[in-house]
Amino acid sequence: MTRLRDWWANPWGKPRFLVLYTALYLVWSIVPILVAIRFSFNEGRSRSTAQGWSLRWYTEDPDLSVLNDPALSSALVQSLRLAVIAALVTVPLGVALAIGLTRWRGRGAGTSRAVSLATLVTPEIVMGTALLLVFVHLLTFVQLGTVAQAIGHITFSLVFVVIIVRGRLLAIGPQYEEAARDLGASQLQAVRLALLPMLVPAIVASGIIVFAISMDDFVISAFLSSGTSTDTVPVRIYATGRTAPTPALNALATLTLALTLVIALVGFLLWRAVRATRGQTGSTVGEFAALDAESVP
Amino acid sequence: MSDSNRLVGQERRSDGFWACLALPGVGWLALFFLLPFYVILCVAFGTVDPIFQTPSPEWNPLAWNTAAFEFVFEGLFTSGAAFQTVFVRTLAYVAIATALALLIAYPVAYYVARYGGRWKGLLLVGLIAPFFISYLMRMLAWINLLQDDGWVNDVLVWVGILDAPRNWLDGRASSVILGLVYGYVPFMILPLYAFLDRIDKSLLEAARDLGASPFQAFRMVTLPLSMPAILAGIVIIALPMFGDYYTPDLLSQSPSTSMIGNQIVLYIQGGQQIPVGAALVVVLMLFLSVLMGYYLYATARAQRRLGR
Repeated sequence: MTRLRDWWANPWGKPRFLVLYTALYLVWSIVPILVAIRFSFNEGRSRSTAQGWSLRWYTEDPDLSVLNDPALSSALVQSLRLAVIAALVTVPLGVALAIGLTRWRGRGAGTSRAVSLATLVTPEIVMGTALLLVFVHLLTFVQLGTVAQAIGHITFSLVFVVIIVRGRLLAIGPQYEEAARDLGASQLQAVRLALLPMLVPAIVASGIIVFAISMDDFVISAFLSSGTSTDTVPVRIYATGRTAPTPALNALATLTLALTLVIALVGFLLWRAVRATRGQTGSTVGEFAALDAESVP
Repeated sequence: MSDSNRLVGQERRSDGFWACLALPGVGWLALFFLLPFYVILCVAFGTVDPIFQTPSPEWNPLAWNTAAFEFVFEGLFTSGAAFQTVFVRTLAYVAIATALALLIAYPVAYYVARYGGRWKGLLLVGLIAPFFISYLMRMLAWINLLQDDGWVNDVLVWVGILDAPRNWLDGRASSVILGLVYGYVPFMILPLYAFLDRIDKSLLEAARDLGASPFQAFRMVTLPLSMPAILAGIVIIALPMFGDYYTPDLLSQSPSTSMIGNQIVLYIQGGQQIPVGAALVVVLMLFLSVLMGYYLYATARAQRRLGR
């Protein structure tokens, strides 16, 4: 009993309960995904038992595999298309907005800041309904489908770029632009030549985040889809998750996951490389986690 | 001193430049975030075309028609009515799932932040991984596992907890809550981690030096300090849970577990009573803004107390 109390009271001892707890959490968090990936390689049609190994549901089956079922392959293409459009448009728009909102002090600045943060706490179902109704009743020149979905993705991911870039801007402070201005640079030159190069790591990070949350999005894509041809991977999973007769859906989900991870990894390596050339050091994964934590929906 | 006067003038001029830089983004949000809210109101306060059954929005606030809201409020305040049942159920699911998520998230975040050591990088990768896996894929994984002949039943029968496989996916609250906790817990862990990682360890050493046991040090220093992060984590996962409809749809498919989000989708995509769906969205938004207001107030208060 005393030994147990000593063990408990020892400030340098390992918190064994917490080790076990965290390990169990990680297992619980990751094993279901590994199981879903495992079933995607099934030889048989079961989605709940392991039945050999094959690529049947990826490429081989002539009708039902991801490659040969247009409903599945088009979902992957649509997800990817939307994520690329979202990243390409949201990042420049968000960087300009972040710089503007951080430095702008005049009338309207506070309201603009509040509005951009409001998108962060608005549930997606509210934003999805709002966008659906606005495209059906008012901005009728926007067709439901890819354009409407892209507008939705850009709207809800803008705030993530703002938060990430703003955090970096506040850390940098205004002195570099002021120095550039003192040396005769115009305002635009000061931003372009002094500020933007220092923001590159934050810009790369926000690009990855926008890509990932666009790939992950379900509600906006579903509300603004015009039919099967513009369904994304999550929409397809929702539509057929309970009824799908084969593991092809698992194969589709696995492919999407692999694609997202590859792009996130490339982005992460790029981020680490540009960060190193800027002479910033410290735990890269830790800082990346902090970035992500700030940008959690 | 004359220098600073010049600077003030320059700053004023530069303010216009910063506003211009923000303009495209602000314009975008005005067009695709603020305007749509007005359209929701106009649809909710509008009428339905008697022939085509399509909604006709009422753009003039002076002519707004409250029929849809009367319908929603009547359903919310009549005991036993569908809206009230669903609303109370949503509250219960969100409360239980959020509490469970906190019980899971806090110790994990605490462990990684304080004791991660040289494993921290790897542990963080494990905590971040779910962010790159689609929420719907994570639900799909549980659909696989919870099937009649799935691995959950296999394990439970083998261990002897169950005599025969159970159908987990035919309208069980427990499956929906499991899905919600599994789906949202990563979003709570990361902000908690980021906050706990920043707590100054010398505060804990001071508490220990003054005679506190490790548990007392945790209860009297770490826990109060992390209250703002706990509140933030709760709001971060509770808000999207209130709008969730896909988790119950995928893990139960039964009206007996339908949440407020399912009702909204039913009316918005069902066609004939879109104004009722829009009114439900407005009511949900109002309810959540009360939550958000409380959260802002509580966070400010917690920070004031810490500042003192």
